[in-house]
Amino acid sequence: MEILVCVKRVPDTAENEITVRKDGKDIVRDDLVYSVNEWDNYAVEEAIQIVEDKGGSVTVVTVGDGDSEEVLRREMAMGADNGILLKDDAFVGSDGKGIATVLKGVVQKGKYDLILCGAQADDGAGQVGGMLAALLDVPYASLVNSVKVIDDKKLKVGREIEGGNQEMNEITLPCVLSIQTGINEPRYVGIRGIRKVASVEIPVLGASDLGLDAGAVGKAGAKVKLVDYFVPELGAGAEMLEGSTEEITEKLIELLKAKGGLK
Amino acid sequence: MAGQVFAYIRHHDGKAEDSALELVNAAKKIAGGAAVTAIVAGSGIDSLCAEMAASYKDVWKLDNSALAYPNAEVIRKALVNILPANAVVLVPHDTFGMDLSPGLSIKMGSPFVADIVDVEADGDVLKIVRQEYSGQAHTHVECNMSAGAVINVRPGVFQPDESKSAGGSVTDKSAAVGDLTCGRKYLEVVAAEAGDVDITKSDVLVSIGRGIEEEDNIPIAQELADAMGAVVSCSRPIVDAKWLEKARQVGTSGQTVKPKVYMAMGISGSFQHLGGIKGNPFIVAVNKNPKAPIFQVADVGVEANILEFMPSLTEAIKAL
Repeated sequence: MEILVCVKRVPDTAENEITVRKDGKDIVRDDLVYSVNEWDNYAVEEAIQIVEDKGGSVTVVTVGDGDSEEVLRREMAMGADNGILLKDDAFVGSDGKGIATVLKGVVQKGKYDLILCGAQADDGAGQVGGMLAALLDVPYASLVNSVKVIDDKKLKVGREIEGGNQEMNEITLPCVLSIQTGINEPRYVGIRGIRKVASVEIPVLGASDLGLDAGAVGKAGAKVKLVDYFVPELGAGAEMLEGSTEEITEKLIELLKAKGGLK
Repeated sequence: MAGQVFAYIRHHDGKAEDSALELVNAAKKIAGGAAVTAIVAGSGIDSLCAEMAASYKDVWKLDNSALAYPNAEVIRKALVNILPANAVVLVPHDTFGMDLSPGLSIKMGSPFVADIVDVEADGDVLKIVRQEYSGQAHTHVECNMSAGAVINVRPGVFQPDESKSAGGSVTDKSAAVGDLTCGRKYLEVVAAEAGDVDITKSDVLVSIGRGIEEEDNIPIAQELADAMGAVVSCSRPIVDAKWLEKARQVGTSGQTVKPKVYMAMGISGSFQHLGGIKGNPFIVAVNKNPKAPIFQVADVGVEANILEFMPSLTEAIKAL
């Protein structure tokens, strides 16, 4: 099975305290720790496991800048066979549809049976996979937490739905799936693995290579515009307990007693 | 001029979900005084449609056996066939809306905005508030809705409209759904497995998130829970890592709990996690990141590393 996995380099929200720039145009990006989007890492692991079982190859692709190459190499160190970087000034400022349009271009240059994305990334929209499927006119399933290959024409996929339940579906290939975290246990990538792929050539493709009209993507093509980042005026929020650890625990215990938190 | 505004009604077992009445208020902010149309898709939905007509001026009924289970791929086809080209469609941002809407926007040729927490209409421009980076940053987003729009609304942020004063009517659009064949076939729902502990029965939960850092640290939380007479629950990353069983997960994709006291230990507080906490418990949040969204909803907060704070609290409770 030939599998394409779409990945993104994002600030790691578990490792970073995100603050908004004074002018509101962006978040403060100095000193941010970046990594591959967590959902995408599960998607790559799933693709590798399918190929280990059924044969084929895994290609990882990202729309980004020069720095994005590092996440491609990381996923190749995990076991992806090929990487493709989609980089062009014309892609900058794309909305979800713009990114999906760029990805459609790379899908149509290859011959993929299955396309995987993470269920969502740093902007929390979870939109690119569903848009890509609609642009390609192939079936889609989101929030996928199990994949079983039935034959070379169809898969059985589980979707995570409310209440910890799982919705089972049969889906025909080719298709697009967005992968939920927890579907597998992504393998560890050691420094040795990264070194092994350090010199592998990663092709870089731009708008003209993909046959894209530059006006259809990037800022020019975006119908959804990000105006600014801001810090909302929030309500009171939590009463923050301060002082020494002893003072804090003492106060907290009083509160817990009053609220029925201690038996 | 923006098109007609529609609200997609989620339902199961003949009962509308909470989002159905929340979308009344979300839609009002977009439609102004114009009538809003509810879309109810399913099989055998007459009484639900009648119920929705109390809250929406018009209800479009899509009754078809192929719509009995809400397979987003099938429903998207039906919607594309019945909606006017410039429709403004509101959908709850839940596991169905995430499945349906991105593709719907492409097929409708209209812009899509996911997971909105607020909106206002300025002429044909929708001014929207969203969150990024796991709720750590807010954004203003704009899109023009004159050619239609698909907007996914975060569940729980708009108040439900309980007035039931619309006095609406039901229009049967079932004959217009068209060809519903598609490449994804719904098979069955597999129910969640029960765990060894029922976290929904506990009055006090010590709930752990990423801040626990390693599986080997879980006993630190268990010791605090034991001292408090509480049960250990968790957020999604702990289950993803297979450190605790799924039955211990609090959130929309896990358990819905109604404790008296909820100790959020190293939990950032995503809306999916908070969606599983009901009954307005006393929430204590301990997190080393002062920007963690959990502090906005907690009653009491402590900025600290839980791996240092929990043992101190355990010792202090034991010393009582």
